[in-house]
Amino acid sequence: MPDLQALVTDFVLKLKRRKIEGSQATAKQTAELLRQVVSQQRMPYTNQASVLIDAVRAVGEQLIAANPIELAVGNIVRRVLHIIREENLSSTTAAMEGLGLTAGSDDDEGEHEDRPGLSAAAVAAAARSTLRAPSLQTLLEDIPESAVAPHPSSSGGDSEGKSKSADRSSRSKKLKHDVIEAINELIQDIDTCHELISEQAVEHIHQNEVILTLGRSRTVKEFLCAAKEKKRTFRVFVAEGAPRYQGHVLAKELVGKGIQTTVITDSAVFAMISRVNMVIVGAHAIMANGGVIAPVGINMVALAAQRHAVPFVVVAGSHKLCPLYPHNPEVLLNEFRCPSDLLDFGEFSDCMDYGSLGGSPLLHVVNPAFDYVQPKLVSLFITDTGGHNPSYVYRLIADYYSADDLVVQRNST
Amino acid sequence: MAQKRGQRGASSSADDPEVVARVPLQAVLLADSFNLKFRPITLERPKVLLPLVNVPMIEYTLAWLESVGVEEVFVFCCAHSQQVKQYLNQSEWTKPAARLSVTTIESHDAISAGDALRVIYEKSVIRGDFVLISGDTVSNMSLAQALHEHKERRKKDPLAIMTMVIKHSKPSNVTHQTRLGTDEVIMAFDPETKELLFYEDKADPSQRIISLDKILLADSPAFYMHNDKQDCYIDICSPEVLSLFMDNFDYQHLRRHFVKGLLVDDIMGYKIFTHEIHSSYAARIDNFRSYGTVTKDIMQSWTYPLVPNVRYFGCCSNMKLDRQGVFKALDVVQSRSAQIGAVTLIGSGSTIGDHSVISNSVIGQECTIGRNVSVHGCYIWNNVIIEDDCKLNHAIVCDGVHLRTGVVLEPGVILSFKVEVGQQITIPAYSKVSLLPQPSIQDSDEELEYADANSGVIESPSITSMISTRNAELSSDYSVTENSGLSEVGISGVGYIWCSFEGGNDDEWRHSVAPIPASKLAELSHDDYEDPDVSYQEVNSTPVSGELRPDSEITGDDDADGTDYGDSADFDKEVEATFQRALTGVNQENVILEINSLRLSCNKSHADCAGALFLSVIKLGLEAPHSSNGELYQNTAKEINRWKDILKHYLKSVDEEIEIILKFEEICLEIATEFSPLFSTILSSLYEKDILSEDAILSWASEKEGADESDKIFVKQSERFITWLKEASEEDDEDD
Repeated sequence: MPDLQALVTDFVLKLKRRKIEGSQATAKQTAELLRQVVSQQRMPYTNQASVLIDAVRAVGEQLIAANPIELAVGNIVRRVLHIIREENLSSTTAAMEGLGLTAGSDDDEGEHEDRPGLSAAAVAAAARSTLRAPSLQTLLEDIPESAVAPHPSSSGGDSEGKSKSADRSSRSKKLKHDVIEAINELIQDIDTCHELISEQAVEHIHQNEVILTLGRSRTVKEFLCAAKEKKRTFRVFVAEGAPRYQGHVLAKELVGKGIQTTVITDSAVFAMISRVNMVIVGAHAIMANGGVIAPVGINMVALAAQRHAVPFVVVAGSHKLCPLYPHNPEVLLNEFRCPSDLLDFGEFSDCMDYGSLGGSPLLHVVNPAFDYVQPKLVSLFITDTGGHNPSYVYRLIADYYSADDLVVQRNST
Repeated sequence: MAQKRGQRGASSSADDPEVVARVPLQAVLLADSFNLKFRPITLERPKVLLPLVNVPMIEYTLAWLESVGVEEVFVFCCAHSQQVKQYLNQSEWTKPAARLSVTTIESHDAISAGDALRVIYEKSVIRGDFVLISGDTVSNMSLAQALHEHKERRKKDPLAIMTMVIKHSKPSNVTHQTRLGTDEVIMAFDPETKELLFYEDKADPSQRIISLDKILLADSPAFYMHNDKQDCYIDICSPEVLSLFMDNFDYQHLRRHFVKGLLVDDIMGYKIFTHEIHSSYAARIDNFRSYGTVTKDIMQSWTYPLVPNVRYFGCCSNMKLDRQGVFKALDVVQSRSAQIGAVTLIGSGSTIGDHSVISNSVIGQECTIGRNVSVHGCYIWNNVIIEDDCKLNHAIVCDGVHLRTGVVLEPGVILSFKVEVGQQITIPAYSKVSLLPQPSIQDSDEELEYADANSGVIESPSITSMISTRNAELSSDYSVTENSGLSEVGISGVGYIWCSFEGGNDDEWRHSVAPIPASKLAELSHDDYEDPDVSYQEVNSTPVSGELRPDSEITGDDDADGTDYGDSADFDKEVEATFQRALTGVNQENVILEINSLRLSCNKSHADCAGALFLSVIKLGLEAPHSSNGELYQNTAKEINRWKDILKHYLKSVDEEIEIILKFEEICLEIATEFSPLFSTILSSLYEKDILSEDAILSWASEKEGADESDKIFVKQSERFITWLKEASEEDDEDD
């Protein structure tokens, strides 16, 4: 499949060269690419799920390595892997029910090594829960049972596997089809996440409130505009978000929608925070512990908000939900951008004349892209599935990701 | 590919209807610098393949070309063309997935950029505007605006054939060179249209005079003159540029001949415009200094996204950025006690031993660094082995170099591929060491690059074997002063030290990776206020005559303001060389004459000459084979006896004799410690041969009485002899 390979290389290059801006675009393109991977994958007679997982993993690994700082790529890869597992599981369960089998395990297709099997009851429970709408209830129901029976009996597995092979062939096309359908849903979710989030705007933004934000996030913009469309009157303070000054762009857009807007410098945030009712910011990624990786300067806003007991709300689509913890070694928390955002290189070139200053530059210019905001500073996350506490994030993650996929790279090597 | 074409077609049809017949943006990349500045490294590998922060330079240029939307690149290679082609064939650029088609054009008789462009013209591959760039340029600028301006101008005025990219960069007031080590460029351009009116890159800063054509003043109502702009050597050219090179077959250098030629030529009326970039980065690696500067700029992310931690290039491994700009590959083995200082990169597979200190450096892949090594400001390429206790300062160390225990590299040293340096050797500042001998005939035409036809990696077995046999000889007789370049890299060392070219001495510190020494800066800024004629004197070249000593017999040279540049060690060497010639049979009288003239030119006293001569004589004694101190004494005494006439010639007074004794002390302490046990015996033999008078010895002894204990070793050693002398003189007195 040279065509697919070309697509992958092309996307890897784009990621490497930082050509794709924004988590949403990256997430969507990743999902689309993975859909291609799945649809072009030749399906064998048996072990279909593992073949698909391996294929997605192989591509996902390249994509993650290409731009480790864009966590959305890894998130989508893991979500797709999760989708494959879930679809496989549900079709297996369906098949099992059709055959009238009640005991034994069937989820060990291809994952004998790395996946602890679930009991049949747990499988049934998982099958009952629909993919898109996981609830705490199903999870609570799920957990104790799988804990009771962590390992399936492998003795009867083989013979039963053989007896079911005929059935598998009948659903050979079905799995792939289901997975592609699910990925399509995922793409749609990514597309519509802004609408879903902004639908909740009126519940959070009240009449005559003062909102503060920093920089420019598309999610924040849509959120504020949605509230405005629902006839809420409120004022927005926009901190400009040095050094890229995306806040200026946001202010322009908000004024275009008829929202009362005030632009302030980043350093004036603390002075203004006492007049603010709520801080709403976007995020680069939400980590598993409820911490947030966000554009630089936001930690300062969060601290100011905490000092004045102002709610600090993070709006983000669920594709930004990262199943990793910030202390994981593979998580790159920050990226250093070009220092010429801060200084004109030509102007300062004589400060960086290594020739006459003893060989080591005295002037360093550092331009980090992100801040890390601790979970305790965040009051609320608003995602496309509703509002959540930082302490609930790990639960959300359990709904979207399978624990076996957390480390994509290590397993596949 | 088919799909790519489809995309391309779709995008062009989406553009304005007037550019439907657009030609893809093309670029000419000169993979040859056409100069000798990177010698001796470029003897073995073309400059564009030299690693810059562990990535070949050409990668940066190609990546930039790709990022600005160039679709077709013609790589012109000349010297080492096989290596360039081989590299490109293996790289990602020639894979079908590449969005850039790379074609190599090869020519072996091109000796300049002009020739290269003529070859390209003959191939008639350039169909529209093209980017002309050298393969050693690093940039992250966006070309869209410059290109747009160029096209707009072309529509209005077909004579506007070239747009030059320039950048603000203030040259140093003291050295008159930019931070890239290039000479300051003086440009004049029109403030409105940015048309280039004047370009001078070879202005002599010492004269501070630029001559402008008065037509320039008459024709243009206003123009800006700048000396703080740097030429980025990125040009957007129209196809006419190629034909101009064809018409003017004597155009060689892009700037010196072509740009200047166009500017003065008012018949054709071609115009060159400039485009200034501000925040983005563009620099060409022209010499070793710019190599260092650009490396540091890359490490400080000025060239983002062409930085080590963004995996822009396919060939580099994953880097992790720590605090203070330390880049480390994930599999670096670093001792717990090793210190990695600011702005340093360590490539994958490298090991760093205990207590080693590394700062401001780039370490390549698979390097091994031993214990207690200090590396400061160095660029170490791949597979280098550095053993314990080495000290490296502002050096470039190429692939496969092996430094044995205790090697010291002084600032500005270049070690070319696979050089080995023996134990405890100090390579003097600004030396270049290569396995290949320096070409004996130095071509004065600097345009010529060593164009070895079809050269792969030059690894001639004959040279290696020759070196190893010579090494064997060397280790058998461990003579300290062997004059061949080979011994300078030590026992079991492999390589030749290249001597700097005549007149090229001046450039060594200017273009070296090492920072300009403070003394040099002070000297230059001092000279700025003084006579400009004495500026740029070099330490190693003949010093200007300094202040004459009052006791000197010769008076004549009156410019007594210059400082004493003479270094006594150099003087000693000169005298020694003269003396060596005396050994080969030159008449003693002539030797004296030569030494006298040396003395005058270096502004030394008789005492200095005596000391230097004495050193030479002693060394002669040392060189003769000996097994015991007794034999050594015999040899030395013989030599002293043989040369006492010359020595005596310089021993006119007690002062000079004392100088000799002091020199001898110094020799015993520092140069040839074998002599220390023989000090008193040789002293007495010198007395016996009437070279030294008893007055001198006694006054030396009395001078030393007040000195430190450490200084008195030799006085104590010769105490018996001195007391004997004292008694003898007292007896003499009594006799009188």
